[in-house]
Amino acid sequence: MLLIPCPWCGERAQTEFSYEGDATVSRPDPATASDEQWLDHIYLRDNPMGLHEELWHHVAGCRRFFKVRRNTVTHEISGSAAPTDDIPEDVSGDAS
Amino acid sequence: MNGQPFRNDTGGRINRATPLRFTFNGRIYEGYQGDTLASALLANGVRLIGRSFKYHRPRGIVAAGIEDPNALVQLEDGARTQPNIQATRIELYDGLVARSQNCWPSVGFDIGALNSKFHRLFPAGFYYKTFMWPAKLWMFYEHIIRNIAGMGESPVEEDPDRYGHRYAHADVVIVGAGPAGLAAAQSAATSGARVLLVDDGAEFGGSLLGLDANVAGGPAVDWIATVTAALAAMPNVTLLPRTTVTSYYDHNMLVMAERVADHMAVPAAHQPRQRLWHVRAKEVVLATGAMERPLVFADNDRPGVMLASAAQAYANRHGVRAGERCVVFTNNNSAYVAARDLSAAGIEIMAIVDSRRDVPKGAAEMASAVGIGILAGHVVVKAHGTKAVHAVTVQALDDAGDLTGDTRDIICDLVAVSGGWAPTVHLHSQAKGVIRYDETLTTFVADAATQRSRAAGAITGVLGLADSLKDGATAGAEAAAAAGFDGAKTDTPTAVDDLALDIEPLWAVPHMHHDHGKRFVDHQNDVTAEDVALAHRENYISVEHLKRYTTLGMGTDQGRTSNINGLAIMATLRGEDIPTVGTTTFRPPFTPTPLGTIAGPHFGMHYHPTRRSAMHAWHQAHGASFVNAGPWLRPEAYPRAGENVIQALRREAKHVRHHVGIADVSTLGKIDLQGPDAVEFLNRVYINSFTKLAVGKCRYGLMLREDGFLYDDGTVTRIADDRFMVTTTTVHAGSVMRHLEYYHQVVWPELDIHMVSVTEEWAAIAIAGPDSRRVLEKITDDIDVSNEACEFMGFRQGTICGAPARLFRISFSGELAYEINVPADYGQDVWTGLLDAGTEFDIIPYGTEAMGVMRIEKGHIVGGEISGRATAGDLGFEKLLANNKPDFIGKRAAARTALMAPDRQQLVGLIPVDRRTRIPRGGKIVEDPAAPTPITAIGEVTSNCYSPNLGHPIGLAIVAGGRQRHGEVVYAHSPLTEQTVACEITHPIFIDPQGERLRG
Repeated sequence: MLLIPCPWCGERAQTEFSYEGDATVSRPDPATASDEQWLDHIYLRDNPMGLHEELWHHVAGCRRFFKVRRNTVTHEISGSAAPTDDIPEDVSGDAS
Repeated sequence: MNGQPFRNDTGGRINRATPLRFTFNGRIYEGYQGDTLASALLANGVRLIGRSFKYHRPRGIVAAGIEDPNALVQLEDGARTQPNIQATRIELYDGLVARSQNCWPSVGFDIGALNSKFHRLFPAGFYYKTFMWPAKLWMFYEHIIRNIAGMGESPVEEDPDRYGHRYAHADVVIVGAGPAGLAAAQSAATSGARVLLVDDGAEFGGSLLGLDANVAGGPAVDWIATVTAALAAMPNVTLLPRTTVTSYYDHNMLVMAERVADHMAVPAAHQPRQRLWHVRAKEVVLATGAMERPLVFADNDRPGVMLASAAQAYANRHGVRAGERCVVFTNNNSAYVAARDLSAAGIEIMAIVDSRRDVPKGAAEMASAVGIGILAGHVVVKAHGTKAVHAVTVQALDDAGDLTGDTRDIICDLVAVSGGWAPTVHLHSQAKGVIRYDETLTTFVADAATQRSRAAGAITGVLGLADSLKDGATAGAEAAAAAGFDGAKTDTPTAVDDLALDIEPLWAVPHMHHDHGKRFVDHQNDVTAEDVALAHRENYISVEHLKRYTTLGMGTDQGRTSNINGLAIMATLRGEDIPTVGTTTFRPPFTPTPLGTIAGPHFGMHYHPTRRSAMHAWHQAHGASFVNAGPWLRPEAYPRAGENVIQALRREAKHVRHHVGIADVSTLGKIDLQGPDAVEFLNRVYINSFTKLAVGKCRYGLMLREDGFLYDDGTVTRIADDRFMVTTTTVHAGSVMRHLEYYHQVVWPELDIHMVSVTEEWAAIAIAGPDSRRVLEKITDDIDVSNEACEFMGFRQGTICGAPARLFRISFSGELAYEINVPADYGQDVWTGLLDAGTEFDIIPYGTEAMGVMRIEKGHIVGGEISGRATAGDLGFEKLLANNKPDFIGKRAAARTALMAPDRQQLVGLIPVDRRTRIPRGGKIVEDPAAPTPITAIGEVTSNCYSPNLGHPIGLAIVAGGRQRHGEVVYAHSPLTEQTVACEITHPIFIDPQGERLRG
């Protein structure tokens, strides 16, 4: 069970959170997006192996959404940030 | 009772002053405090414990601990019965009752044993090959096979015991309290770190308890007692005996099953039977030891064939002789120590049969010192006997490993075997630690850890006692330092290392001439060396395929004693080395965990929290029948004396349309939305526009998902310029809140809004019916409820029954109706106040069932219609779509051609042609039920009920192009109830389609 660093509450057990998908996708501008871009946005997600930024919701805590960088192979978490911020570069060097 | 004929008068860690009586297969025996069920049975000379899984072969006790594959019993009777419990792990208590399983009518005479006469019919993959065809009969075959090839029986009564859950944190968790684990705990504890020491056994000591060894200049058991007492006295140390770490999950989360009261017949008052621990560890030391491997030879499953270390442990720990005359069969040195101890316990060692031609000097001297003869370069080729071994045949091996020379038989009733050791790498491997094949020990050992964990002692291949103590102390200090606690002392007690292992591989003994005795690799699943060879011939050569094809390594023991032998035999057949063949994946849990332990206190009404409204006590006191709605308990109806729920709901639904009724609608989700950008936010999350919604007005709103399908509906009320009350359906209250938070925080963070769920803050009461206004007039003096002052979809604030209230003129029933919100604490008073004021109008409470009937009569949509596959247009809401808005969730996807097609399934009403037959729930709509199958369904029934106001059944359905088909007759067919009902398609609003009543 993961230990997830909420940017507001600190490290908490995974049971307090809910996974909310890929944090690297953003909603295209509906006025200008092509049909393919909408299709991609609604239905298609990558399944990356290795480092991945994902969204989590502290649903049983502060109820904030945030980004987490997780290694999908080792489950190692190497940073988190508010949805509007960038996750700081991993300086520990052991996240790869 | 006959005084335990195989019990020695002295020795062992049992209390001869405390005899315990127990029953096995209906006979009463006696054992002592400190016994396991297995040791007590052996002390009484009981060696036949059960029958094997597939061939129903007689089986006995193989091991002395967690690795035993065969000594599985049905423990206790009735509600407390448990199947597949290892006799080797059951602590004896007074009055214990156990019986053999997988045998009928008795373990001594078992009809299923005929399977072993027809063993040629039961090769690996037999079931797959034989019963595949005809497929229809598999249900029949399976029933019989399950009965023959079953294991124990599950309890059928409710478990009378309770189970606990506990969550904990520790700086250093040490798994295993053998020599390495105790030394690790001792050193880690001196650093001040919070240490949790966990062991499966009732007593700490692990393998030391079964040995006759010295530590720190005295008997090992004295050292164990001293260390354990010292640790117990330290405030930073927690000791958890009788606790198995079953699972090692990500980020150092260990799950442990503590057997709090399994060593008693009945747990003490308020005591759980078991407790599941979730422990988050900063650092972990795995000192899980090693398990001895059996040897593979013909009929090696006969009761009396036992691991050498097990026979040794029964002698040293329990003062029990597992037999009187013993042949030791080994390919390594550790069995020599066992032979010495067995001899000291009074068992006659007939010979040590050693497959090695050159027995190392130390081992040979140890044997000769106690007068034991060695047959070097020999193997046991067959065990004789059925329900108990009575002799073995031995033969010599030549240079090529083939049998040579004459056979000779040796009389014996115990065969102590040792095929080397297999480190218990399960948890290490679960945690994605690396395992490495050690050529010297011919086994896999724990190598580098992936998580914050380290291995110490036998798990790493360190088998000697002195080395294990040192390894453990170092690991404990390192773990403490890694957790931030320096200065751990690593003094280790003195100990003498045993003989080095000096193992020579012996994976399977060849059959002697003309013999076809079964050479079992996996005793629990009846997998033989021949089965492994068959799998190889049929190309199931990957270990994962081998496991699934032959069942090798499946079952409750997951192949603890069989994995290495099985994959080594496969490696030999493939002509490859063992590391290339590899191991199967180790998955949690390490030991079977009772479902009660996993569920803990979360069962029945405690499965999840139950939410009750502020008026719940009143509902209960007035005979409400309740229904689960999401997390809530809601009154479905209020049956009167002599009424059932159906009669009550029909009365209620009829009464409200003619008089007045009140319903508790507190469960609807309520969100308080505020901020300068609140209107813009609402415009983006609903399909309709809120720009022109005036203060003091409500509006019905529909939400789509981003894929264009309907998600939820509710009302939005403008309380102030920048403040709105948003309601959701009861079931979607939580998910809509999350949905809105997502769009606010992630997609449109620039919008200046704030929202909070206020579902629990407000009690909500719907008052509906032609007399509802007259009731309201009596109990409010500051709200003008006239139609002019409070029109349909209006909102007012004031005082109702003396409570500060919000009044919404909205209607779900289709009648003149209002919804009253008061702070939850006032809910009960206002509810009874309304009933009192309404007495003269014959007011009644009504439940969700009457509410549901009235909404079907009005064609309102709920979950059956908002099914996730319906668009706004499908359900008749195309006019709400404010497509002039630049954007709203789902707008873009809803505009796709397929979602706008005119022949989509659209909401319609249904009335049975005969006006009598109920429309089948969930029925498929077909045009011609007599057409040849398969028939294409053109729609389905989404809601159905009997309408007490119309006097006949009605339903809602979605039907392809349905809005153009009013008046047509179609058929609602339920394949489940085999009903086909002719129905007329109608408008979905059955009562007051113009909405005159609700506006009146």
